[in-house]
Amino acid sequence: MSAQLLEALAAALNDGSVETVDLTHTLDPDFPVIVLPPEFGQCARFRMEEVSAYDHRGPSWKWHNITISEHTGTHFDAPAHWITGRDQPQGHVDEIAPGRFLGRACVIDCSEGAARDDDHELTPEAIAAWEAAHGTIPPDSWVLMRTDWSKRSGAAYLNMREDGAHSPGPTPEAIRLLVEERGIRGFGTETVGTDAGQGMHYTPPFPAHHTLHGAGRYGLQCLRNLDRLPPTGAVLMAAPLKIRHGTGSPLRVLALVPRSTDNGEATA
Amino acid sequence: MTDPISPPPKKNPQARTRTPTLPPLTRSRAALGLTAAAAEGRFMLQVCDGCGAVQYPPRDACVQCLSTALTWRDVTPAGRLIATTRVHASPDPYFRERLPWRTGTVQLDAGPSVICHLHGDCESGARVRLINRLDKAGHGVIMALPEEATPNMADDPQLREMTADPKHRRVLITDARAPDAPALAKAMLEAGASTVFLGEAEGWRPWPGREALAAMEGVSILPLDVTDTSSARELAGEIGGKTDILINNARFIRPGGMFDRGDTVFPGREMEVNYLGLLRLAQAFGPAMRGRGADGVNSAAAWVNILSAHALINAPDHATFCASQAAALSLSQALRAELRAGGVKVMNLYVGPTDDDWHQPLPPPKVAPAALARSLVAGLRDGLEEVHCGDVARDIAERWRRDPKVLEREIGQEGLG
Repeated sequence: MSAQLLEALAAALNDGSVETVDLTHTLDPDFPVIVLPPEFGQCARFRMEEVSAYDHRGPSWKWHNITISEHTGTHFDAPAHWITGRDQPQGHVDEIAPGRFLGRACVIDCSEGAARDDDHELTPEAIAAWEAAHGTIPPDSWVLMRTDWSKRSGAAYLNMREDGAHSPGPTPEAIRLLVEERGIRGFGTETVGTDAGQGMHYTPPFPAHHTLHGAGRYGLQCLRNLDRLPPTGAVLMAAPLKIRHGTGSPLRVLALVPRSTDNGEATA
Repeated sequence: MTDPISPPPKKNPQARTRTPTLPPLTRSRAALGLTAAAAEGRFMLQVCDGCGAVQYPPRDACVQCLSTALTWRDVTPAGRLIATTRVHASPDPYFRERLPWRTGTVQLDAGPSVICHLHGDCESGARVRLINRLDKAGHGVIMALPEEATPNMADDPQLREMTADPKHRRVLITDARAPDAPALAKAMLEAGASTVFLGEAEGWRPWPGREALAAMEGVSILPLDVTDTSSARELAGEIGGKTDILINNARFIRPGGMFDRGDTVFPGREMEVNYLGLLRLAQAFGPAMRGRGADGVNSAAAWVNILSAHALINAPDHATFCASQAAALSLSQALRAELRAGGVKVMNLYVGPTDDDWHQPLPPPKVAPAALARSLVAGLRDGLEEVHCGDVARDIAERWRRDPKVLEREIGQEGLG
């Protein structure tokens, strides 16, 4: 049975009836990272140094040394990233069972609200409305908050003002509902973090980090192309690098989706 | 009076850029004392410890008493011009390109007579003021100036060979976000710079003061992150051929001793910005600047590093920052040697604690941005290699010269503040 399933999936991938959507930003030195008060250590920006390029430094080959933080670019947050998740079993990226990296995704479209309000919140009411239309969020799902924030660039992305960043995110109640009542596997956003830009002012501060990781769940941030996913029915592939005791990792996030009726071409 | 230099015309794209040539490089070890003094703009000559005679040119022994105990001392820089010569022919490539060239003989008030370069406004028989400056080869040479300032005297072509005057030159200041950037940009424009390029890292992160800087006439803000090799290369690709003076004011500093944080995150960042940043800039901009050392009125002239005075000696309460400054100082010496072939000077401007956020809890004296900018302009106008800005920097340099070991122990207890 499962052999036939995989055979059918392989065939569907080949003929394009299952499409692969890339939810990943390019690792680029100019891609924003989270900015903390300067007395704290900071997230390393992506950097690339050419080691050789078919030249006197290495005649037949080209390669680079790269520098990144675990939390640079499109990245995965493991439970150990947050103080609430520090004692979670399998809390580091190298310990997580590989099966946890593949799973279904529900996409909640908050793009209208985010277009109106930079501090737009995902609330329990919004989740209820989504469920009324698409059914209850199944256990162990990824929930992705679509805001179209990934279409912003430059200073508009962090949207930093004197009182900090302004970008959408979930309320403490919403993330508790997702984790405690729906039992989600993880929560993903298009913004620089799983929490709102002003997330430090909630109780608890940074509720997505606090609640997700405290319950052993995962985070994905700096996602893109969420507007190309159906509300339900996508399968997410999000496998972080196997870093010893790593608290997160940049990664390539892919989604398998049924071919959209109005667009028959495979997307990348 | 001197004819003022006109702003240079746009470069003829069909004309070959003149290859820099240098005045004679060979000097005796004794004569290098003049070079060392010129690096700081001091007029020093050998003075015999035995008989007190002041002598020139430098030698290994006193011409009066044969004592070898000769000490370089500051000497009154004044005398009378007793003979002048205008050289119209020379076999030396450097001087051939710059003829005619005035030289003269000056009877110094301090004793010896010297043959020296001559400012165009010096008249035979007149009293003159003497300066010791670095020529294009980076050697100390003596030049006579009129006793009183004359109109446009800095524009004298022979004097301009010895200086790195910002007038009509294009300046790159590498970190627009740095607290000293507005003062530096303003000072450069006031000194006659035609353009000030300001490097901006991480345009996605807003910063106060950007609007005011961008609104200054003659200022262009361009992307530059000294921690990113590709960024330095890209900007050099754009403006490397018209960067006449490069001021590296990029700096990362976090207070703390080496045991305080117990990691290498901030120290790594200090090395990335303060040391590797300098290296990246040097690799990206250095070759083009070296090639443009004789490119007319707005030739490449100088590279300026703003360094902590504690590059010379470590203050343990800022241990890793000081180490990064020492690394930058060491690299600046190599950069100076590399750029010398183009006649481009490397000036290190040493400062004590600066009046900014990261030195906020320290007591005065602290160097204000405007004071730093003043020292920098003055240093460029004098073509110096070593400038100590403020009391703390001067004090540290003096104590370091006296006894580095004593200073190590003292600063080891005092720290930065």
